[in-house]
Amino acid sequence: MRWMTTDLFVQSLTSGLTQGCIYALIGLGFTIIFNVTGIINFAQGEFVMLGGMLSYFLTRSAGLPVVPALLLSVLVAALVGAALYLLTIRTARRASVVSLIIITIGAAIFIRGIAGEIWGINPVSPPPFTGKHPLHVLGATILPQALWIIGITLAAAVVLHLLFSHTIIGKALRACSMNRSAASLVGIDPKTMALIAFALAAALGALGGAVVAPLSFMSYGAGVGLGLKGFVAASMGGFRSQTAVIVGGIVLGVVEQVTIAIGWGPFKSDYKEAIALVLLLLILLVRSRKLSEEERVS
Amino acid sequence: MLATLKGNKWSYLAMVASLLLLILLPSQHLLGQKISLLTAVGIYSIVTVGLCLLMGYTGQVALGQAAFFGLGAYISAILSTTYNVNPWLAMVIAAVATGAFAYVTGFPIFRLRGNYLAMATLGLGIIMWVLFRQLRQYTGGPDGLTGIPNLSIGGFTFDTALKRYFLIWFFCIVILLISQNVMRSRAGRALRAIHGSEGAAESVGVNVTQFKVKIFVLSAVYASLAGSLYAHQTHAIGPSSFDFLASVVILTMAVVGGLASVWGAVFGAAAILILKIELIPEMSKVSFLRSFFQSGAAYLIIYGLLLMLVMIFMPKGLFVTLRDAYERWRLRRTRRGAVT
Repeated sequence: MRWMTTDLFVQSLTSGLTQGCIYALIGLGFTIIFNVTGIINFAQGEFVMLGGMLSYFLTRSAGLPVVPALLLSVLVAALVGAALYLLTIRTARRASVVSLIIITIGAAIFIRGIAGEIWGINPVSPPPFTGKHPLHVLGATILPQALWIIGITLAAAVVLHLLFSHTIIGKALRACSMNRSAASLVGIDPKTMALIAFALAAALGALGGAVVAPLSFMSYGAGVGLGLKGFVAASMGGFRSQTAVIVGGIVLGVVEQVTIAIGWGPFKSDYKEAIALVLLLLILLVRSRKLSEEERVS
Repeated sequence: MLATLKGNKWSYLAMVASLLLLILLPSQHLLGQKISLLTAVGIYSIVTVGLCLLMGYTGQVALGQAAFFGLGAYISAILSTTYNVNPWLAMVIAAVATGAFAYVTGFPIFRLRGNYLAMATLGLGIIMWVLFRQLRQYTGGPDGLTGIPNLSIGGFTFDTALKRYFLIWFFCIVILLISQNVMRSRAGRALRAIHGSEGAAESVGVNVTQFKVKIFVLSAVYASLAGSLYAHQTHAIGPSSFDFLASVVILTMAVVGGLASVWGAVFGAAAILILKIELIPEMSKVSFLRSFFQSGAAYLIIYGLLLMLVMIFMPKGLFVTLRDAYERWRLRRTRRGAVT
């Protein structure tokens, strides 16, 4: 264990915040689908991968500018999310929880395989949005892309908040998450809402993937790891409030970066992947009683 | 179900026939060239039957089975190379250690259910994989371990592919028979009751969590034994055989075989391994498919499709659905025979 200098602390705080924003976006996707449909989508991480790979393809190979490439990647991923719901979840009516888990895992592997076939298995990286020259703040170096990540996450959170509180669709989604049968009694179609939830979650994941890919590489197999971290963020937020999920994601990102920076005992950077998972097991165990009650009710 | 087959002379004939087939298959006239494939089917059948028991009879899904498989392989490999422990003793130590690990982690994990249980086992599996990769001084890191010796009894060494084939299938048959007996026992009925309704099982005095953990431990010990056999079969192991995708492959085998069928596990393991080792390389030779199968990720597409299609259209699994259809067809035929 080594003591941290202020510089190192600020540095790991900012990179933790940046990573955490991505986890938050993924976690929000998990939360929206879970609240509206009661399903945990094990393919959530694949949308992040799709966002990164699509933005790489659109900027590097198709030569599109950054903004249209970003929007198009998010749109395509949203369509894939909608197709996932229509082709698998809706087709498997009255499937058990175990069936749904296996179906979404199958979808994850399928999407991963398709991505590997289309873009190859090597990690790729699209160009950063605005330049590569780092900024120096309080002794820490920050890449412009990190600022973009934080800004876009904030913007997405605000847009989501407005969607859920000020639009008919958002209110209908919230009604579904409160009580699906009561919602359908007042004329809300839960199936349409589930479709929207899947598309929205896929779009959020792809947004995260597209903004983080220029900073850290993206490859066809990155989905599972990213998905798990988003799931940790969502569990820390209790799968309920959006603010809590965003805070959960940022806490996870900061914890990861700070433990790596401290280099304490087993938490060397070699074990970076395991930190979130250990956290996941701890959260699940602490909350196990509450979680199983919730599942029994739903 | 199996009970309807019981006492049927055809089922005994089928058993004798499959044993005979098992003995004849590795001959040069049949599949002698594919002996490593046949052996792999035996190894993966052992892992898969454990997962089938766990999933089919408790109604819960575990996504980290490759971790127990890896634990068995690594403990066997490390003890028999670095520490010169007798391979059989190493195999027993591996099975006991893996079982103990599953027992200790099982109690907290099986307080969860459904999605959270799946995520917890997935997380546990990936943590183990990270350890396999990173504990370099013991596991050899990403390169893994080599020089794992053959098994031997007295002066008889299992030093050829054919000898190892018979050894591994001996283990496989014993484990399949044990599994079938477990399912027909009191414990098996308790587990089926849990699958039917946890609340109802609990109300008639079944300690639900305890039974789930027991079957979790059993599946872990199976996986560990299979891992030990795998290590002594291939003589070299690395972390990539025990990652998340390895768990998904085992899951696919169980799903194709049918989640509540002991013999289906063999069918599932065989189908998936033939698909991966034989069919996909063949398909990639076909000219118009070549460009599609070039990256090596194609098998993921096929596994993903299999998982989705089987679960959507035949949630009981491919093997069990086909078998039930055959049973219904036979029943209808005998009834018609009785009328005329």
